[in-house]
Amino acid sequence: MSYSFHSDNRLPQTRLAVVSYIIVGMIGLLLLGFWKLQVIDSDKYGQMAEQNRVRSIPIIAPRGRMLDRDGRVLVDNRPSFSVLLLRDDPKLVEQYLPVISDGLGISVDDLHDQLQSTRNLPKFQPIVIKPEASSADLDFIESHRADIPVLEMLSVSRRRYIPDGFLGHATGYVGEASEQQIEASNGKLRPGDVVGKSGLERQYNDILMGTDGMRRVIVNSVGKEVDHLSQQDPIPGKQVTLTIDLDLQTVAEQSLGARPGAVVALDPRTGEVLAMVSRPTPDPNDFAVRIPKEEWRKLNEDPLHPLLNRAIQAQLAPGSVFKIVTATAMLEDHSIPESFTTYCPGYGTFYGRQFKCWVYWSKKGPTSHGAASLHDAILKSCDVFFYTVGMKLGIDRLSFYGDKLGLGHKTGIDLPSEESGLMPSEQWVERVFHRKWYAGETISVAIGQGAITTTPVQLARLIGGIASGGVFKQPHMLKDAQNVAEEKFPLSEHTVERVTDGMYGVINEPGGTGGQLKLTGIEFSGKSGTAQVIGYDTRNRLGKQKKFEDNAWFVGYAPKRNPEIVVAVLVQESGQHGGEAAGPVVRDVVKAYYDKKNRKTQGTVTTADHGSTPASDAAVVAPVVAIKPEGLSAVQTHAAEGKPDPQ
Amino acid sequence: MKDAPGTRDYDWWLIAILAAICALGVIEIYSATHASNLAGMHIKQIKWLLFGFAIMFVLSRVDYHLILDQALILYIVCLAALAAVLVLGGARFGAKRWIHFLGQDFQVSELAKLIIIIVLARFFAEVRSDELDLRDLLKAGMLVGVPLALILKQPDLGTALVLVPMLAVGAFLAGLKWQHAGIFTLAGVLLVGAVFYPPVSKHILKAYQRERITSFLHPEEDAKGSGYQLLQSKIAVGSGGFWGKGFGNGSQNQLGYIPVRYSDFIMSAWAEEQGFKGVLLALGLYMALLLRLVQNAQRAKDRAGMFLVMGVAAALGFHVLVNVAMVIGAMPVTGIPLPLMSYGGSATLFVFMAIGLVMNVRLRRFVN
Repeated sequence: MSYSFHSDNRLPQTRLAVVSYIIVGMIGLLLLGFWKLQVIDSDKYGQMAEQNRVRSIPIIAPRGRMLDRDGRVLVDNRPSFSVLLLRDDPKLVEQYLPVISDGLGISVDDLHDQLQSTRNLPKFQPIVIKPEASSADLDFIESHRADIPVLEMLSVSRRRYIPDGFLGHATGYVGEASEQQIEASNGKLRPGDVVGKSGLERQYNDILMGTDGMRRVIVNSVGKEVDHLSQQDPIPGKQVTLTIDLDLQTVAEQSLGARPGAVVALDPRTGEVLAMVSRPTPDPNDFAVRIPKEEWRKLNEDPLHPLLNRAIQAQLAPGSVFKIVTATAMLEDHSIPESFTTYCPGYGTFYGRQFKCWVYWSKKGPTSHGAASLHDAILKSCDVFFYTVGMKLGIDRLSFYGDKLGLGHKTGIDLPSEESGLMPSEQWVERVFHRKWYAGETISVAIGQGAITTTPVQLARLIGGIASGGVFKQPHMLKDAQNVAEEKFPLSEHTVERVTDGMYGVINEPGGTGGQLKLTGIEFSGKSGTAQVIGYDTRNRLGKQKKFEDNAWFVGYAPKRNPEIVVAVLVQESGQHGGEAAGPVVRDVVKAYYDKKNRKTQGTVTTADHGSTPASDAAVVAPVVAIKPEGLSAVQTHAAEGKPDPQ
Repeated sequence: MKDAPGTRDYDWWLIAILAAICALGVIEIYSATHASNLAGMHIKQIKWLLFGFAIMFVLSRVDYHLILDQALILYIVCLAALAAVLVLGGARFGAKRWIHFLGQDFQVSELAKLIIIIVLARFFAEVRSDELDLRDLLKAGMLVGVPLALILKQPDLGTALVLVPMLAVGAFLAGLKWQHAGIFTLAGVLLVGAVFYPPVSKHILKAYQRERITSFLHPEEDAKGSGYQLLQSKIAVGSGGFWGKGFGNGSQNQLGYIPVRYSDFIMSAWAEEQGFKGVLLALGLYMALLLRLVQNAQRAKDRAGMFLVMGVAAALGFHVLVNVAMVIGAMPVTGIPLPLMSYGGSATLFVFMAIGLVMNVRLRRFVN
């Protein structure tokens, strides 16, 4: 048989052998590649496969509630849904954006912005595109469950506060953890976690927050859940019981009204904060979801500073309230005889300069105090007397006693961002202004003007502590607080008696600056203060302007010695004297305290310990809060260092 | 002359190896698809395989010399078909590769591979000297170059590339001088380098091809594109470990992380579920298949038969190399299936027809 082409039978056996070696080498190389992946790097790829396969979906733990001292709910949670967008498959997301935009009423541009701003987060992590879904949104998602694979609902619980900022500055508000907070949390916080941003929410975040649960599910390559592996239930945050008394708080809120200012009511025996108000205030409910940028900017730029918790952050001249410090210094120091009197013609001249007494500007009644002893001077708040005492004591003595009584220091209250105020001294001017102290400055400081500033909570602690004989309890807001810090600056019985006599007189003796505040049957005592924002002379020159109006202070307490309640009230720019503007608020709160106490003692049998815990017998839901003492002391030390949240 | 080889003359070892590889493929296709909307795909594959075995036996009965005689006509048919597919063919995934024939879509380039094997065998068999001179090599190059250009035009880079090793192995066995072999190897290396070098590659490659090369070099930059495919394939292979996750238990496979897990990336699915031991078995079988082909070439009656068998070996070897290297992330995604294991009609038929040619040569090794 022949073919049309030539072919012979000499085969290149060597070259064929070379080809077989190449085949063996090639297979060998491929096997080496498999060996590297499957044996050497097997663990690494095993983990990557696991990450592909298993997704952890958080189950948000509800935050703990906040109760008042009688177990009444102050801060609660409400259920809510967030709409999540699964971003695993960008093409799929892009395809459904118009439908989602229609269904949820979010513009496509807005959705794009959200995708853009989260592009650095891992792809498998869904993003919240609508934090608070309406029932229409939920219907939309439910009915399109099958055909829109990129939407998911997340059940969350949101904070519910008493409306209109009631107790708002004390409770604070929550928000999504900032990057700084996430970094500082050592992995405990993830982006999107809701944490306390201010106030008690921030202070006791660790207790309130609880631990989110986790659902481990198997997902396929387009992110759809195909199986459920395990579930770790969330541990709800712990409920905390506050020292706040809802009744007193209500009275304090109403009595201060809309005026800018603050109320702090303490029980000086324990340091418990019974009421705390700061106005103006935003409504923390508005922050429970997400604060719109515009809103946040407005709050920050508002000249009234609604984000400032005035109770612990307003640093203002205490005015005549400080005269209690000057008086205490005079009595304790003994360099000035107790019988010391001055004559007040409405002004006094010190170091060649004339200092007016407030009475000089008085529109009704006399424009001078005449001869005054210490008792009269406290009663009538005579500036000339305290100018003179201040001059005689000197700034060293004044600032020593101010310092010992707590001025210029944080009280250590368990709220973040407390301010320390300022007790000026020679060292202070040297350090800050690099100059000598002018003797004339002492005159102003002696009556609580000049460089001296205090916060309301400092003044409440100070007056309560002096009336308790020099025992200062750390103000705090957690009912079950353990190891409450206590500072002692023992004052002689004589000093305490004289000073408290004076403060009793302010309200209960004729001529006292708080005469109109008298409460029958209660040893209601206190001291008014009217602090100038600018000097009277300057103000007269510039004309009457609201922002230059005096700040009114009143710090009142009862009973006269070892008080059960002390209330400091600041009313800013009221244009009224302390006794007129702030005094009635103090009176209302003190009265409410006694009304409640009397109701309890009359209406119940188990009154054995009613003195120390006025509400212990209230039949309310038992606020069982298991807070470990060590955990608590940890948060308390933290309190002093709390920095304002930069958000 | 009577030409009636008996059944004992068939290479039963080769058939056994073939059947074993097909079995692995069917098992893995079943595992990869049974739980999805592609369930039942393994049955279709079995039908293709049976059809393939039948065609193999049919093709083995026709004397290969008769086939080689018709090389010119086959070549013209091949070029016409490739041209036709460019004009008439249906586009899928952006490429014109299929032609509708007898109720099936056929990938014409698979047929083209077979015809080029035949044409090259005929050409090299007729080279009369023991050494291949450059003029003959140039002719062979042109024979391959025209269909290669047509296939590239589809575009189907993978199949076009398969023609290159067929030419290379043929030329080598036809007596290409060692120094020429060296020069061409160097040129090949340079070309591969150019492909991977963006300033040059943008002139010679299509956008999607460049994209595949970029994602091969930097898979992390393309987390959902073909870099993602390679990464997921590597994860599948690596996570299989030595013993594998077991049949039907590969999470990468079952949850669809492996791209086209029943076809181009079937080795990835196999490696995940069967582990390194399974890979050893599969690659061992492929090595046995290829060495068995070389052995058949060594025992061929004449050079023509040897060139036919080695053309088949070159094509299959290249398929295995490129596909498996892709699965372990050592080569970019080219769209070359794994012979006999990957699901696919045209590709399966090509392999069986090619093996039919090998069988044909074997049956006639003692015939004079």
